Amino acid sequence: MAEQLPEHPDFLWRTPEPKKSYDVVIVGGGGHGLATAHYLAKNHGITNVAVVEKGWLAGGNMARNTTLIRSNYLWDESAAIYEHSLTLWEGLEEDLGYPILFSQRGVLNLAHTEQDVRDSVRRVEANKLNGIDAEWLGPDEVAKICPIVNVSADIRYPVHGATYQARAGIAKHDYVAWGFARRADEAGIDLIQDCEVTGFTTDGSPDDGTARVTGVRTTKGDIACGRVALCAAGHSSVLLDMLGVPAPLQSHPLQALVSELLEPVHPTIVMSNAVHVYVSQAHKGELVMGAGVDSYNGYGQRGAFHIIERQMAAAVELFPVFARAHLLRSWGGIVDVTPDASPIVGHTPYENVYLNCGWGTGGFKATPGIGWCLADTVANGRPHPYVAPFALDRFVTGALVDEHGAAAVAH
Amino acid sequence: MQLIHCPWCGPREEVEFHYGGQAGVAYPADPAVLSDEEWARYVFVRDNPKGRFEERWSHSAGCRRWFTAVRDTVTYRFER
Repeated sequence: MAEQLPEHPDFLWRTPEPKKSYDVVIVGGGGHGLATAHYLAKNHGITNVAVVEKGWLAGGNMARNTTLIRSNYLWDESAAIYEHSLTLWEGLEEDLGYPILFSQRGVLNLAHTEQDVRDSVRRVEANKLNGIDAEWLGPDEVAKICPIVNVSADIRYPVHGATYQARAGIAKHDYVAWGFARRADEAGIDLIQDCEVTGFTTDGSPDDGTARVTGVRTTKGDIACGRVALCAAGHSSVLLDMLGVPAPLQSHPLQALVSELLEPVHPTIVMSNAVHVYVSQAHKGELVMGAGVDSYNGYGQRGAFHIIERQMAAAVELFPVFARAHLLRSWGGIVDVTPDASPIVGHTPYENVYLNCGWGTGGFKATPGIGWCLADTVANGRPHPYVAPFALDRFVTGALVDEHGAAAVAH
Repeated sequence: MQLIHCPWCGPREEVEFHYGGQAGVAYPADPAVLSDEEWARYVFVRDNPKGRFEERWSHSAGCRRWFTAVRDTVTYRFER
């Protein structure tokens, strides 16, 4: 394990001062922003780019997620973007030339009720039609894949079966961010930390379709820009308020936790929407668990303890072996949730501003996929086909992509 | 656990309450004249401020009445 550890992250990229202007400014130095920077350089040769980040690189949700990667979503639109992303994950280590500890250990999505079973079987068939690996497993087969799951009939929410995607997996989130950052930096892209966006300079009017952003105001001075990509996750509403663009986003705390280091006991990923828990075991040995969102809006990067308590109760019932494990630490991120549990990507009322937000509780798995598609969108000035269905105007047309079944609680 | 002040019952534990989102969102006065954009705004878009937020809460495991409270979305502290 030790020989696989990469060098210290401080040396993987420069710490430049911002230039006066850039062709593209990416707001948000998390996974999505860094991946977008990488693919702008790699796929489109656009390198006069700055990524501005108010904190440190990848210190927001990229540092706080539970690293689950899968593509078994119900609708065609979601299947396309998430499967594109999963395919990129499968070659990402070679692309970045950096170890990301991507481990395709499979995901079980448990069904606890008759309705869960019907929905799950439907989703498996939909996945197969979209060329995504998926199977339906009965309780005995679930126990074969993950022997520590309690499949007895006498628990509060018995396991009636599960969907299984064998190609799903986990990756080391920090290494993913560092790998993208290093490649972007090598291409000449400026990664500017401690640089908070405080406003925008604009030209024209949204009313007659002539509105443009001419520059970004930051705590390190004004930066002129040709195009802007907003990748600010839970803080997207704060940026959109500066531009006067209404968007159907609500920011919520989302909590996760890890146990102490344990021997390998958990060979796969188990998710249960019904009891609000998802669990995997990290390479080092911690059990990594995520909860559902706290109900109220919140930007505090922490949540209420009763959410953790409820999640633990569910986890211990499903995995009796966890009862004597100790919780090491818990934390919270800020997730931007949309009404249909699908992201918002693409054009804004400002001609040269592109939006990428609303990934809610599941943005990590999309990191390479959205980086690829957003870079393409920014470079060509039109939505990439995989993100076109996720435009902001779907809330006006009514063409929602309702992924609550496959996404809402546990991504 | 955070205590929330119910105007009728006094301070009670957070788990007794349900969240109702932004307060003061009125039903359109003349729904028939709304454009698709205005409907989208009414149905889907709510304020999402970082800071002071006026919002609806229901004391669902107590008196079951709704009330409006002001809370800071960064500290989660209620004003009263």
